[in-house]
Parts: sequence; C-alpha cells; structure tokens
Amino acid sequence: MCTLEKRGDLFLLTLTGEDEHRFHPDTIASVLSLLEQAKSQSTKGSVLITTGHGKFFSNGFDLAWAQSAGHGAIERMHQMVKSFKPVLAALLDLPMPTIAALNGHAAASGLMFALSHDYVFMRKDRGVLYMSEVDIGLPVPDYFSALVVAKVGSGIARRELLLSGKKLKGEEAVALGIVDSAAHDSAEGVVEATVSLGESLAAKKWNGEVYASIRKSLYPELCRMVNLTANNLATHNL
Amino acid sequence: MCTLEKRGDLFLLTLTGDGEHRFHPDTIATILSLLEQAKSQSTRGSILITTASGKFFSNGFDLAWAQTAGSKTGAANRLHQMVESFKPVVAALLDLPMPTIAALNGHAAAAGLILALSHDYVFMRKDRGVLYMSEVDIGLSMPDYFSALVRAKIGTSAARRELLLSGKKIRGEEAVGLAIVDSAAYDSEEGVVEASVRLGEKLAAKKWSGEVYASIRKSLYPELCGILGLETRVFATPKL
Repeated sequence: MCTLEKRGDLFLLTLTGEDEHRFHPDTIASVLSLLEQAKSQSTKGSVLITTGHGKFFSNGFDLAWAQSAGHGAIERMHQMVKSFKPVLAALLDLPMPTIAALNGHAAASGLMFALSHDYVFMRKDRGVLYMSEVDIGLPVPDYFSALVVAKVGSGIARRELLLSGKKLKGEEAVALGIVDSAAHDSAEGVVEATVSLGESLAAKKWNGEVYASIRKSLYPELCRMVNLTANNLATHNL
Repeated sequence: MCTLEKRGDLFLLTLTGDGEHRFHPDTIATILSLLEQAKSQSTRGSILITTASGKFFSNGFDLAWAQTAGSKTGAANRLHQMVESFKPVVAALLDLPMPTIAALNGHAAAAGLILALSHDYVFMRKDRGVLYMSEVDIGLSMPDYFSALVRAKIGTSAARRELLLSGKKIRGEEAVGLAIVDSAAYDSEEGVVEASVRLGEKLAAKKWSGEVYASIRKSLYPELCGILGLETRVFATPKL
C-alpha cells in the first residue's frame, strides 16, 4: 500500500503496487501514520519525497468502496473526505521541505495530495492532473478549494483546474503555475530530479520547525480550515 | 436595453443599442430579471454568453443620472443606490447554475468591467476595446465587492494594481498577459462572439449539473461570496 524509506537526509514515501492508489480509509490511515513517523524522525536537513509506482500517482478516493455500501455511499464519501483532511494538515505541518514526484496521473484527492507538497514535479510525456468532481457531479470539499486557492494564483488557472473538467498534461500544468516542472520523459527521470532538488534543500540544514511555520504562514485560511495553528515560536540562528 | 435569447443550449444576454450601455437602476433591474429567467430555465448543458452591440460592452454606472439629482448629497445617494442594486447582479452571475462567458465587443469600464469579470470566461477583441477601472481617475472610491471580485479573480499583485490603481486603459494583448481575460485573439465583434459560442458549445456538451458547477465555482471565492451574501454549501447527489 505505502512504504517509508530513509535514504540519507531523504524520506521517500511510496504508494506501492501497480493499481490506482485510491485513498480508502485504510490507505489514508497508513499514509497519515507514515507522515507522523517521518515527522518524529526528522532532523535539520530532512526532506520528504512522495511518489508512486505504475500509471497512477493516485486516482482519488475509493469511490467503488463507497458505492458498495448502497445507501451508505454518501456516508462513506463523507468519511473519506473527513479522514483525508489530517493528511493535508500533516503535510502542511511537516517540519521539512516536501516534494511530490508524480509518476503518473493525479486526480481529485490524489491531486490534492500532490498539491499539498511544497514542490510538484510531473512527467512531460505521461500523466495528467484531473479534478474529476465537476464531471462526476460531486461538490468539491471546502478544504480542497481552499488548497487550490492557496497554491494556485491566477483565477484562470484555478478555473481550469476545478471548473473545466480538463485533464491537464505536464506542459500546460507548468504554464498555469500549478506544478514546478514537467521536463522528464520517465518516472525515473522525475524521481531523479526530485532527489537532486531534495539533496540541495537538505544541504541548507534548515530548522524544520521554522520551515513549517513559515510555510503555514503562507496559507492562513487553509490552515484554519484543516485545524492547524500557525504559531511562530522558534529559536533563530541570528 | 437588454435581451435574452435561447439558441440550443446557449442563453445569449445582449446589451442592445449603440450607446455606452451604462447601468441605470432600470438597466440593472432588467439584467437581474433576465439572469433570473436564465436560471429558472436552465438544464444540464446550459451556458450563458453575455455580449453587447456597438463600441461599448458597458461604460459603467449612469453617472449622468446621478448628477441630475441636483445636489451633491442627491448625487451621492443615487450613486450609492446603483452600487447597492448592482451587487445582486454580481451575485446572480456567481450563483448561476451554468458556465458563463463574457464576449466583449468593446470597452468595459468600472461596473461594466466588473460585470465582465463576474463571468467564468472573458474574451475580448485584439484590435479594439479597452478595460478601464476609471474610479481612481474620477476620484471615486471602490465598492468593497468590486475589490473583492478583483482579488478573487486576479492572481498577481502586479495585475491587480494595474487594473485598480494605475488608471490604465488596458488593451487586449496586455489583458491576456496580465491573466485578466482568457483571450484577445479576435479582430471583430463577430469573431469574439463566434469564439464564445464555440467554447460554449464545447462546455455544453459536458452536460454538467448546473448546481454542482455553481457550487464548485462559489467554493473558489469564499470571501467574495461572504460579501455578496451567497451560500456556498450545496447538497447534490453525485453519480458515483
């Protein structure tokens, strides 16, 4: 389902298996637990890189699991929406730079998961970003919209992401300012680039608590919505 | 003054006549009523395209009408009346259960530009027409919901300043560069409308649920919706 490895300064969180890496309550709980593990083991210079195996980074919530409840489908949807919020909060709160290395498609909550990282790299040749909600007829959870508003600057880009039903390829995602880079023609290429970035950030030996507090200060509205406080107590190296 | 036609899936709202299409309380009431009509007749796949005929999309509030009140207080009251009555027009557009496209045939200034920006997509001409927030030049302060709309829709500080604080008359190419409009590729009124219709038909083919569309749209602008008194939560039955 998902694993956490340490490679020097880098924590590598991988969504394993060749499936769609959909977020089922169990997956969500695992991801949350691994993020808590990374946080507890963090030191100055720690960096998180999140990636996946196969065609998908993540295709969003496990809608099939919701549907298998028949009348209980809406309740299961709400459960996943609610339990996913702490994952976003954990990433926003993580005391280290975070990089999403998109091996493939990122849709709905899978895309939100990616956008919760400080840096997002995707492939040039494969993989799309897709907010499927408007096509499926699902309203977008409030903290999803808050994340998009926090991270994506232009009104036009936000509309293209949330309101157009478009499947955005790498080049367009870069032009819209949604991802940092879509320069690599393979999953390995993307991971390599993120490791390279990760190592240069690690070399700064930043204080993780300070990093997290500065990050959160950029997104006060989003932090409020995911129940994070943005207090800024830290010892400086002045 | 203004008309609403239906062409297949597309609702076409037109500010008619060759004048400046200034917003007088009567115009505002008419526009609001036509938007309510479109809303009541909307189905999956509905689209709104708003345009005008002549040199102007709209040159803003009817300041001449305000001035004919005879006194400074009277003029201020009339202006205030127009500002207050226009707010529901912006709200109606944000709430409209269908994608909305503004096809700018010509100049859009002040409240006229706010009307344009209240749409999901804005197309303008390359060769003619400017966007102009005249308030700083006239010495009028900005209604709070005008600024909130600009903040909601326009991403960079530099673009917001160019729009609200520079007194510039922004032409098509620059408006695209500032990400204020989607496109300024057309050299004629017909060109802009045609492009809007093409986009409209593409979006209509998605057969989206209008309620879901409107709720996702409003979720992008929580602060603005708060100022306009718009409810942002919606219950919808998804096709899971």
